Amino acid sequence: MRATENPTFVGLMKKTLFDKIWDAHVVKDLGNGEVLLYIDRHLVHEVTSPQAFEGLRLAGRPVRSPERTFATMDHNVPTDENRMNISDPIAKAQVDALTENCSTTRVTLFPLGDDRQGVIHIIGPEQGIVLPGMTVVCGDSHTATHGAFGSIAFGIGTSEVEHVLATQTMRQTKPKNYRVEFTGKLQRGVTAKDMVLKLIGMIGTAGGTGCAFEFCGEAIRALSMEGRLTICNMAIEGGARAGLVAPDQITFDYIAKGSRSYAPKGEALEKSIKEWKKLYSDEDAVFDHSITIDVSTLAPQVTWGTSPGMVTDVTGVVPALDAVPEYSPAGVRAALDYMGLEPGVKMTDIRIETVFIGSCTNGRLEDLREAAQMIKGKKVAAGVRMLVVPGSEAVRHAAEKENLDRIFLDAGAEWRFAGCSMCLAMNADKLRDKERCASTSNRNFEGRQGKGGRTHLVSPAMAAAAAVAGHFVDIREEI
Amino acid sequence: MDKFVTFTGVIAGVDRANIDTDALIPKEHLKSIKRTGFGSALFSDWRYNNDGSNNPNFVLNRPEMAAAQVLVARNNFGCGSSREHAVWAVIQYGFKAVIAAREGEIPAYADIFRNNCGKNGLLTIELTSAQVEEIFQILGREPGVKGTVSLEKQTVTIHTQKGDVVYTFDADPVLRNKLLNGLDDIAETLLFEADIAAYEARQ
Repeated sequence: MRATENPTFVGLMKKTLFDKIWDAHVVKDLGNGEVLLYIDRHLVHEVTSPQAFEGLRLAGRPVRSPERTFATMDHNVPTDENRMNISDPIAKAQVDALTENCSTTRVTLFPLGDDRQGVIHIIGPEQGIVLPGMTVVCGDSHTATHGAFGSIAFGIGTSEVEHVLATQTMRQTKPKNYRVEFTGKLQRGVTAKDMVLKLIGMIGTAGGTGCAFEFCGEAIRALSMEGRLTICNMAIEGGARAGLVAPDQITFDYIAKGSRSYAPKGEALEKSIKEWKKLYSDEDAVFDHSITIDVSTLAPQVTWGTSPGMVTDVTGVVPALDAVPEYSPAGVRAALDYMGLEPGVKMTDIRIETVFIGSCTNGRLEDLREAAQMIKGKKVAAGVRMLVVPGSEAVRHAAEKENLDRIFLDAGAEWRFAGCSMCLAMNADKLRDKERCASTSNRNFEGRQGKGGRTHLVSPAMAAAAAVAGHFVDIREEI
Repeated sequence: MDKFVTFTGVIAGVDRANIDTDALIPKEHLKSIKRTGFGSALFSDWRYNNDGSNNPNFVLNRPEMAAAQVLVARNNFGCGSSREHAVWAVIQYGFKAVIAAREGEIPAYADIFRNNCGKNGLLTIELTSAQVEEIFQILGREPGVKGTVSLEKQTVTIHTQKGDVVYTFDADPVLRNKLLNGLDDIAETLLFEADIAAYEARQ
């Protein structure tokens, strides 16, 4: 019998995990479906916050809860050795503004040069800032990442950043519940990235609009926290603002290990875990939508177009214009023109010029290990450049301790400092016009990695294998 | 936020689905710490050639679109990044309303973008894909055609040569009230400070 001793999380109604956390954070019902939702953690970065801080200043409003607010610079920072001297004056002004804003409002900042600096969605989990059952927001659409802990985490705009800074709440209407079940066991070489790309290919980039995904099933349970973070990270690419996974022993072990400075320790942790164990969807909870995907035959995925839903198996071909249900033939044609591809081209025949490994999607230690394993003792193909950008300084240090940097450098890749880098190409790391890239990031939109650049989204191991071969390969045949 | 008032303006159509916020405003324009100056960056990868000159083939560069105030597109408009700069760019270019299409299960707008629009007074109108197709047909026949957008009446009226074509749209009552009255969310929420403090005390 499941106890109902905690009225905060468990009521009489059958509830989804999302509903339990949501209900526990409602400050006030505002009517017409809108509630005032309490925000436990607010993550801040340099690009979407300056106008919010400025708004507060103009209105004479303080930051209500600086102790719940954590900031870093990640989007526009250089990742090369000169990173401390930002040569782009506009980017520097933005970084300086964050430093100044955090200092005057007493918000905790992990600045450039700090061992805890990194991509905001990498360092939140790493530092123990984000924990199960919390509500987490950030002015970045990939905030859904943190849902991997069994928390409600979603991206917001700058006006909402200002609202949260001022009130520690958000005005929200509750999204629908969308259950995404992954059954079966992944083949070797197939990863969380492939699972989420497959999902987006099936439902389209708007399939989850208005919803929160709950990822469940044995294939999710079998994933490490790193893998779960990758899947939740790309919830937004399926249209959902939030994606979450019920916490389990893997979650608790992740929080307990290492130096997660902001996570509870010892007895406090034990007490928290007891509470976190109540975070699951009730057996008969009703979901508005659901989908089940068997991953046992899932092949590594590669995108071929300019939307994350334009994706196929590495063993497949670029589809015919009318063979992609979620996109119109005109949309597919425009994507192929941009990508310089034609229907029928085998994915393994697509040659790449650049490989990017990193980002909030795949910039964690496990990702770098998987990539390193594929490239160990080999060389990056002639004419291919490869950038490896750790998601955080902590990831970089840990990787260097394992000599992963040596493996990449010996293969001819560049080994960088932490930042968003070529995922969105706000700094100097970008593609040239028509340059083709195998990328472990999350978006293959036109111009995303540089104007005219052509992005193929893949897993870290697939990206590393493509770097060696110069084209995509089915890594299941290599390992 | 300014109150939303009924207006009449030129309608411009960008005939694409899934227009993402990277397309609305590419990242090189996100480094500003100001809230203004984004109008010239709207659609910049499509609007300008590599040498910075105007791309004459892009719809907004056509002379009859010079003062466009209504932007029409297909489904899933504003998907991708949460950058509010995309909304600022649309507004600062001169648009006051966007019309996008719901196509079966596929919604007209991505969630975060639609939210961001609401916070800035940019009206997001959702019509059916058949209605939006009809509007694109009109735009093809009569480039520079004007429309009147009324949030009070929840109508878009297109003033074609053959007469007015009227479309009605749904509006979320909470958002409609906010836009019509130009309400400041933060000021409204701060009225509940006691509730917020009480919530914190319970934790």
